[in-house]
Amino acid sequence: MLAQAIEIWWTYGWPLALMVAGSLAVLVGLLIIVAFLLLMDRKVWAAVQLRRGPNVVGPFGLLQSFADLLKFVLKEPLIPAGADKAVFLLAPLATAACALAAWAVIPLDQNSWGKWVIADLNIGILYILAISSLGVYGVIMGGWASNSKYSFMGALRSAAQMVSYEVSIGFVIITVLLCVGSLNMTAIVKAQEAGVATWLSRMAGADTGAGQVIAKLSFLNWFWLPLFPMFVVFFISALAETNRPPFDLPEAESELVAGFMVEYSSTPYLLFMLGEYVAIVTMCAMTTILFLGGWQSPVAMAPFTLVPGIFWFIGKITFVFFMFAMVKAMVPRYRYDQLMRLGWKVFLPLSLLMVVVVAGVLQFGNLAP
Amino acid sequence: MWLADVFFYLFAVLAVASGAMVIMAKNPVHAVLFLILAFFNAAGLFVLLGAEFLAMLLVIVYVGAVAVLFLFVVMMLDVDFAELRAGFIKNAPLGLLIAGIVLAELIMVLGFRLVKPTTLAKATVPISTVAGIDNTTALGRVIYTQYAYYFEAAGLILFVAMIGAIVLTLRHKEGVRRQSIAAQVARNPKTAMEVVKVPSGGFTVPDKVVDNKPKEKVGA
Repeated sequence: MLAQAIEIWWTYGWPLALMVAGSLAVLVGLLIIVAFLLLMDRKVWAAVQLRRGPNVVGPFGLLQSFADLLKFVLKEPLIPAGADKAVFLLAPLATAACALAAWAVIPLDQNSWGKWVIADLNIGILYILAISSLGVYGVIMGGWASNSKYSFMGALRSAAQMVSYEVSIGFVIITVLLCVGSLNMTAIVKAQEAGVATWLSRMAGADTGAGQVIAKLSFLNWFWLPLFPMFVVFFISALAETNRPPFDLPEAESELVAGFMVEYSSTPYLLFMLGEYVAIVTMCAMTTILFLGGWQSPVAMAPFTLVPGIFWFIGKITFVFFMFAMVKAMVPRYRYDQLMRLGWKVFLPLSLLMVVVVAGVLQFGNLAP
Repeated sequence: MWLADVFFYLFAVLAVASGAMVIMAKNPVHAVLFLILAFFNAAGLFVLLGAEFLAMLLVIVYVGAVAVLFLFVVMMLDVDFAELRAGFIKNAPLGLLIAGIVLAELIMVLGFRLVKPTTLAKATVPISTVAGIDNTTALGRVIYTQYAYYFEAAGLILFVAMIGAIVLTLRHKEGVRRQSIAAQVARNPKTAMEVVKVPSGGFTVPDKVVDNKPKEKVGA
């Protein structure tokens, strides 16, 4: 009996405990990072506009996000009289849960301790695609359940936008997968260990000084260089997918009210905002994994390789997020028909063409993995 | 593997219950949301079978795309519940007939498996255990080698359906001003501007009026 109980513990209990501990660690770390990235977003935006940004709560305003959190939680949640109460409260939960669930398969590092990922699925990228396509439900449900025509229209616009740009994101992911030959997220990062720099150093002669120097420049190995058009398409589609400026039409704060979240207040609103920002960070992480070499150090030399991979990963996410913030600060908002035109008439044909080109090059250049 | 059993019964019960709620929910939007829940649980069952690729496709295609459009349409419908209930008695015989046919088919399928249990065993074996490779690769090999022509025929049929849908809904409205990006980009000061000398005390009308509104009568 005791032996059986011990066996059950080691087959089910221990892995479960490990998984729960890992999930909690990722969740807490992610939420803290999101809190500071939110502050960074506002600070970058303020700096571009020659303002100071939030600077009152804590040193340099570092605790602003936590103050906002407390404020949202302590306010009274209002539910409109004609609202569908269950769906109204389910929508922000769905948004936040879907956004957080994507982090189950994102590999943070790989070192002598093993893979730093909660679930090393062999179809990790499909899982991310599936989960991110669910984000649209929070939007539609929230807009419909509010029983207000403004939030419903905001929801329709937002949902149409998210569905449109998912298509080109899918094709971009396919081009990357063609170069990798696996749907596993860790394998995608691993595939970027050798690439353009390896090839260039072989061209220059692996024994020569130039060849050895080039071989150290591992940032040239990553997929952003050979798939540069797709990198750009993915970045812009990620902006549109997450309803970020310049594609924030559903909630253009200077022209409309908050789109599908008009009727939301306090914690449900907080959950929507949290879901949105976590989705943005997820997109940054996806960009990092697909195009910027995940946790790999940019230069394969002593001071850089000594830094643990997870710091490179977080650093790259922060870099991509900085680009997101700069786009928000610098680029004027798109018109809705232009947004749809860009998605369907420019990105879709372009990414489809690139799938064909990449597949052809890999097949006839004998480069296919 | 009692844990797998626990999850099987969890997913199965939820799938059946949400399937029942699809037809019992009074609000059509709730019905669609229950349908989505049913899809999810079916995906969970696929994962338990070891067919994770199919599970993800189910979520991406059905939940992420088809059900979204479904939800769109249902939300924008103006459904009158009283009218729906009024037609219940009238449509009941037809509904019962269809239900009877489906029930008969289900019994035939299940009965067939009871008579010849080997088919059941064959039908539920995941591909990965057969070949020792993950089921994405296995599916790819089967689809793109053994069934390549059927697969492409399916693709063509879907393509035709897509074009058909576009043709059916495409309307060319007259008098709608559309933006031509190429024409806008091709503009230069010579084609876009006209410098007009205005005589003092009078007015003048440019020769080229840029917009295509009917010209109003000038003067008088």
